[in-house]
Amino acid sequence: MDLEIMKSYLPLYRDALLLTLKIGWQGVLLAFLTGLLCAVVLHLRVPLLRGIVQIYIELFRNTPLLVQLFFLYFALPKIGLRLSPGLCGSLGLGLIGGAYMTETIRSGLESIPVIQSESAASLGMNPLQAFRYVILPQAAASSVPGLIANVIFLLKETSVFSTISLMDLMFTAKDLIGMYARTTECLTLLVIFYLIMLLPVSFLGSLVERRMRYAEFGD
Amino acid sequence: MTIETALLKIEHLHKVFGDHVVLKDLSLTVHKGEVIVVIGPSGCGKSTLLRCINGLEDFQEGRILLDGEPVRKESRNISVMRQKIGMVFQSYDLFPHKTVLDNITLAPRKVQKRPKDETEKEAMELLERVGLKDRKDDYPRQLSGGQKQRVAIVRALCMHPEILLLDEITAALDPEMVREVLEVVISLAEAGRTMIIVTHEMAFARAVADRIIFLEHGGIVEESRDPKKFFEKPATERAQEFLKSFEYEKDR
Repeated sequence: MDLEIMKSYLPLYRDALLLTLKIGWQGVLLAFLTGLLCAVVLHLRVPLLRGIVQIYIELFRNTPLLVQLFFLYFALPKIGLRLSPGLCGSLGLGLIGGAYMTETIRSGLESIPVIQSESAASLGMNPLQAFRYVILPQAAASSVPGLIANVIFLLKETSVFSTISLMDLMFTAKDLIGMYARTTECLTLLVIFYLIMLLPVSFLGSLVERRMRYAEFGD
Repeated sequence: MTIETALLKIEHLHKVFGDHVVLKDLSLTVHKGEVIVVIGPSGCGKSTLLRCINGLEDFQEGRILLDGEPVRKESRNISVMRQKIGMVFQSYDLFPHKTVLDNITLAPRKVQKRPKDETEKEAMELLERVGLKDRKDDYPRQLSGGQKQRVAIVRALCMHPEILLLDEITAALDPEMVREVLEVVISLAEAGRTMIIVTHEMAFARAVADRIIFLEHGGIVEESRDPKKFFEKPATERAQEFLKSFEYEKDR
């Protein structure tokens, strides 16, 4: 393994990391917001919307991200909707992630006993107040481990972005290998950069989890 | 002579769950300052009655009026009506993610829009009265069952309800904690608070009640304004049998 060569690749990897992070976090944010919205729709059993959300979840959870990206990048232009690779990336990640986040948040909401809503209602809270002050904070605490797992999963899934010519980490590594055939160096750097991106998320995740658990219940 | 004012009127209440009749043409008038104790075998509709009065359960026929205004689960102003009706449940149901103080002040602040200082001041006074002033910053999981239940009572009181419903509030407690909770309730009765209490603690019922209601199969079987007499010599056979089930004898 040639350290000098690895060093010379560093700026390329750094740029790729920044791009991956940028698109990745946009996707995660979109996924979270979509998930929260859809989970609330499911939890409050909003007629009509509920059915749409269910179809959305099944559609996106049961097709690979790669296929979804191809659809956004290659098929949509045929009907006149041309999106940039970056937008396709964050949108694709946001949509598949939204389906997973919905399920995580929904199961968090459902883990809160009905009597908590009744208890809030008996104090004169309307359903929205009960949801906001009583149900959601507790559901959020119990959803944290699942949400963090989703974030890590989504950031790893960015590796398929290379197929729609986004210069992410995976793309950069493949490109360099193609040009210079320094396979070992390139792949080692790839692993290191994925770890640089994801280890902080993992650590931050367990930190948040521990803090949340402090306020958690139990007799 | 005092003029009794009807605070709560229940008229011909009828409720079914599927084929099962839970409340059968039940009428009851509760006056201001009155303490009503509802007793009866399990499944007689006691808890359902309280849940109807608080609009947590709907019913098929009849009506419930508080201050002349209807209370019903599906009605638009039910949240406003519930502010006048405090309820304490068997399983305490404090909010586990909030401290004792926040549990008590949450609804007064968010629902009644009262200022934080004022609600906290009142909460502290009430906590002092139930002997839990020093636990204000604890989370519910750090409290014993009896302490949780006292906090739940304070939480309901802080909303200034006109009537308090207590649904088997000591049923989930260890025996040695029952007294600390019931003494709080007795002091509330002495202070003239209107309450409807569902309980299996007969000695407590006898001490606290102005009126005893014996409920069976969803209807009132016996009603007595003389708790002492009711417990010594109930008028109906059913009440006699029921009370006998609390006595133990050894056959010799």
